[in-house]
Amino acid sequence: MAELPIDSGDDVVRVRQHVRAAAAGSGLSLVDQTKLVTAASELARNALVHGGGGSARVEVATSATGRTGIRITFTDAGPGIADLDLALTDGWTTGDGLGLGLSGARRLVDEFELVSKPGAGTSVVVAKWSR
Amino acid sequence: MERVPILKIGRTLFVSIQIDLQDQTVVQLQEDLADELVASRATGVIIDITGVEIVDSFIGRMLATIGSISRLFDAETVLVGMRPAVAITLVELGLYLEGVRTALNAEQGLRLLNGRS
Repeated sequence: MAELPIDSGDDVVRVRQHVRAAAAGSGLSLVDQTKLVTAASELARNALVHGGGGSARVEVATSATGRTGIRITFTDAGPGIADLDLALTDGWTTGDGLGLGLSGARRLVDEFELVSKPGAGTSVVVAKWSR
Repeated sequence: MERVPILKIGRTLFVSIQIDLQDQTVVQLQEDLADELVASRATGVIIDITGVEIVDSFIGRMLATIGSISRLFDAETVLVGMRPAVAITLVELGLYLEGVRTALNAEQGLRLLNGRS
């Protein structure tokens, strides 16, 4: 298990590299590794840009059906998200992006859990399991 | 921050991305390419992403923007060398890179540019 800071663009790259190594080591296929790393990149950027920085915890885990994989928990202490359904809608954006970050990341992983409240920060837990 | 080099061969600008792209690096590349398009009067841009392990929504949007910017300078952009896993992921992410043409490799990309009337 590793806890990585997300306080700069370089940190986002380091999270991607760490997730790639962990995903390869846990037996995910190349396509699944790429999907997980891409999702991690979106969520790490969100934590940096919208959450004002945060962290990513990367761990090897086992699914309810016994498949191995990687679970990543992104946490930030930012302003939080007022309307979760809206934030998860394709194309909805706070202004500068395409609005695919959060909704796209959800499509790329097997498990996705978003907890956020205005003023209480945001945490996103994602997991990808080997087939 | 690392910088992506731009090579000029004939009337084509070649960019080969060999590093892990930080957001700021892609923004810088976009600006460098716009400057280079004006200075060199190139008519084509080939961006080789053979070495790129992931393209997320930000990087993808920047690549598409580079395509739109180069068109304003009467140049066409071709994205070459996309890895299969990256292509699958991009489509699932919902990103279709409108505005940039793609080719399997640099050679095919050059052929595409040269066939342009």
